[in-house]
Amino acid sequence: MLTIKNLHVNVDGKEILRGLDLEIGTGEVHAIMGPNGSGKSTLSYVLAGRDGYEVTEGEVIFAGKNLLEMEPEERAWAGIFLAMQYPVELPGVNNMSFLRESVNAVRRARGEEELDAIAFMKLVRERAELVKLPEKLLKRSVNAGFSGGEKKRNEILQMALLEPKLTILDEIDSGLDIDALRTVAEGVNALRSPERSFLMITHYQRLLDYIEPDHIHVLAHGRIVRSGGKELALELEEKGYGWILEEEAAA
Amino acid sequence: MSTQRELDDLVKAGYEHGFVTEVESETLPPGLNEDTIRFISAKKNEPEWMLEYRLKAYRHWLTLEEPDWAHLQHDPIDYQAISYYSAPKKAGDGPKSLDEVDPELIETYNKLGIPLEEQKALAGVAVDAVFDSVSVATTFREELAKAGVIFCSISEAVHEYPELVKKYLGSVVPHTDNFFACLNAAVFSDGTFVYIPEGVRCPMELSTYFRINEAKTGQFERTLIVADKGAYVSYLEGCTAPMRDENQLHAAVVELIALEDAKIKYSTVQNWYPGDEKGRGGIYNFVTKRGDCRGDRSHISWTQVETGSAITWKYPSCILSGDDSVGEFYSVAVTRGYQQADTGTKMYHIGRNTRSTIVSKGISAAHGQNAYRGLVRMGPKAENARNHTQCDSLLIGDQCGAHTFPYIEVRNPTAKVEHEATTSKISEDQLFYCRQRGLSEEDAVSMIVNGFCKEVFNELPMEFAVEARKLLNITLEGAVG
Ligand SMILES: Nc1ncnc2c1ncn2[C@@H]1O[C@H](COP(=O)(O)OP(=O)(O)OP(=O)(O)O)[C@@H](O)[C@H]1O
Ligand SMILES: [Mg+2]
Repeated sequence: MLTIKNLHVNVDGKEILRGLDLEIGTGEVHAIMGPNGSGKSTLSYVLAGRDGYEVTEGEVIFAGKNLLEMEPEERAWAGIFLAMQYPVELPGVNNMSFLRESVNAVRRARGEEELDAIAFMKLVRERAELVKLPEKLLKRSVNAGFSGGEKKRNEILQMALLEPKLTILDEIDSGLDIDALRTVAEGVNALRSPERSFLMITHYQRLLDYIEPDHIHVLAHGRIVRSGGKELALELEEKGYGWILEEEAAA
Repeated sequence: MSTQRELDDLVKAGYEHGFVTEVESETLPPGLNEDTIRFISAKKNEPEWMLEYRLKAYRHWLTLEEPDWAHLQHDPIDYQAISYYSAPKKAGDGPKSLDEVDPELIETYNKLGIPLEEQKALAGVAVDAVFDSVSVATTFREELAKAGVIFCSISEAVHEYPELVKKYLGSVVPHTDNFFACLNAAVFSDGTFVYIPEGVRCPMELSTYFRINEAKTGQFERTLIVADKGAYVSYLEGCTAPMRDENQLHAAVVELIALEDAKIKYSTVQNWYPGDEKGRGGIYNFVTKRGDCRGDRSHISWTQVETGSAITWKYPSCILSGDDSVGEFYSVAVTRGYQQADTGTKMYHIGRNTRSTIVSKGISAAHGQNAYRGLVRMGPKAENARNHTQCDSLLIGDQCGAHTFPYIEVRNPTAKVEHEATTSKISEDQLFYCRQRGLSEEDAVSMIVNGFCKEVFNELPMEFAVEARKLLNITLEGAVG
C-alpha cells in the first residue's frame, strides 16, 4: 500500500529525515516509536502533503501512485488520513457541518453520491457513538475549546466517517485518560480490516496493548534504525532508546 | 514560501458582475454649477421648493471641504469631471409594465440572477428597480396600496406626497451634515420613498436593486423611509455594477424615521465594482445612512454585507431619541485586492433606557485595508442606556490590515458601554487541516469565513442570507487551482 524509499526531507533548510525507508502492506498495522524531535511528526506531515516540507531525495508510492505529486486534498481523496498530534481549532465552523462537508468532498472526488442531511445525520450519530463522542460536541465549533481528549476523539470520529485506506495516527494516545484510550483504540480496531492499513506514532507501549501492531519501527536521526515485532516495544519500554542509538553509532 | 502567492491567488477572484448594458441614455455633460442643478430639477419637473432645497444645499456645499479623517487613500476626486444626470431614454413617460421595459435592461437583471418575474411570483417581493437615475420598473404597487403602504421613487413622491417629503426629507441627515450628504442633497438623482402608515405591518419585504451603468456618471441615490406609529417594514437594498476603468463616485443618502413603537429593518448587500487587481477603476462609495428612532420604543436595525467598491466610507447610524428605543448594527465588510473600507456605526443614546448592539465583522485579504470606526455616545439624559459592541477582524494573508477606532463618550453615570474586539487570522494550520480532510482551499476559506460571519448573516432575511453567502464565496474564491 505504501512504499517509502530513501526519503530525505528538509524543514527550514535543516535535514530532518535522512534516507527513510518504510514499507506498509495492505491490512498491516505499523507502529513508529522514537525519541522526541526524531522526525516522526515530520514524516506524517510529508505523507499528508503539508507545505514547508521539502523533499530533497527519495520517493513515496501510495496505492501505485506517486504521492509526492499530489495536493493534500487529493491525498485525502485517495484515502490518506492523518489524525494530528495537535488537532487544529476552527472557531465559528460548526463541527457537524464540517464533518459533512468533509465526507461529501471525499465522496464527490470518488464519484460517489453525496449524502443528504438526513442520511449524514444518521451516519454521524452511529459513528459518534462508536467513539463515545458526546453529541453536544457535534454542535460546537470544530475543536474550539475541546479538551485534549475530546479533540483526539473528534479525530477518530472523522477517521470513522471517512474510512481511509491508510490512517496515520500521530500520538493519538497523548492526553487521553485510560477509558478514553480504550474507546479510541476500539474505534481504530473497529475499522481494522484486510483492506486498511495503519501507521501509529506513539511513545508508549500501552497503546500497543490495545491496538496490536504487526511491525514496530524505531525512528532516530531521521531514519528507521530498527524494526521488529511486538517484543521490540517491550524492550524499548524497559531499556529506552540509548542502546539502539549506541549500537547504531557503533555500526 | 509559495504560500503567500497561493493565498494571493486565492483571493484574486474576478469580478463576476462585470459587464455593461447598452441602453441609450440621456446624459448631462460633466460639470457642476447652479445650472446643472436647475437642469436636473427641470428634467424631473420638480416644484419650486425642491429646487430651492437643492440650491441651498449646493451653495452650502461650496463652503465645505472633502473630509480626510478616514483611514483611506485615494486620488483627489474632480467633481467637475463627473456627469450629474443620466436617464434611460424612455424616462419621460415611464413604463406601465415589464413589457414596456427595455429588454436589454431585463437581460441585465437576468445576468445578475434577479429575475423580476420570478421574484414577484416566488418571494412576494415588490421591486422598485433603479437603473441609473430613473426608476424603470415598479411592481406590486396595488397590493401595497391596499395596505396603505407608499413605495415609489423619490421623484414621484415629490409630486404625489409633497407634504410627507417636505416634512421628513433632510430631517435625519440635514444637507449641512457632511460634504457628501450635502452634495447628494444638491444633485440627488432618484431613489426610493417608503411610508408605512400607523399600525401597518408592510405585507412584503421591500427591495430595490441599484446599478450604476453610465461611465463617469456619479450616482446620487436618496432613500427616505418613514414608519409611522406601530408600523413595521423590512427593506432590502442590493447592488452590483458593471466593469469600468474610471473611478465612479457614489454618494447616497438614506434616512430612516421610526415613530412610536415602529420598527425598521434595513438590510444591504453591497457589491459595487471594486476595481481591477491594482485597485484601478473601482467605485468610491461615500454613503450617509442614518436612522432616527424618534418615537418611544421604536427600533431600527441595520444589517450590511459590504463586499464591493474600491473605497467604502459608510457609518449607518441610529439616533435613539425615543425612550426605550433600540438601535442595532450588524456588519460584514470584506476588502481584498486593494480595496479599502472605513465603516462602522454611530449610536447616539439620547432617550432613557435606550439600547444598542453593534456586531462588526471585518475581513481583509490580499492588500485589503479594513477599518472599523464606531461611536457610542451616551447623552446626559440617557438614564440606564446600554451598548454592547463586538468587533472582530479576520485576516487572510499577511499583507492586509485591520484597524479599529472605537469612540466612546459617556455623559450619564448610569449608562453602560461594553466593547469587545478580536483579531484572528486564517492560519496555514487551519487550511492544511481542512485540506487533509478533503476540502479544497477555496472551500476551506469559505467555510471559515462563513463561520466568522454567522452572527451577521443570521440577521438577514432568508433569501438575502443565501445571496450574501454566495457573494462572499465568490468574492473570496478565485484563481485557486
Ligand atoms: N517548522 C519547523 N521549523 C523548524 N524546525 C522544525 C519545524 N518542524 C519541525 N522541526 C524540527 O524537526 C525536528 C523533528 O520534529 P518532529 O515534530 O517531526 O519530531 P517528533 O519525532 O514528532 O517529536 P515528538 O516525539 O516530540 O512529537 C525537530 O527538531 C523539530 O524542531
Ligand atoms: Mg511529533
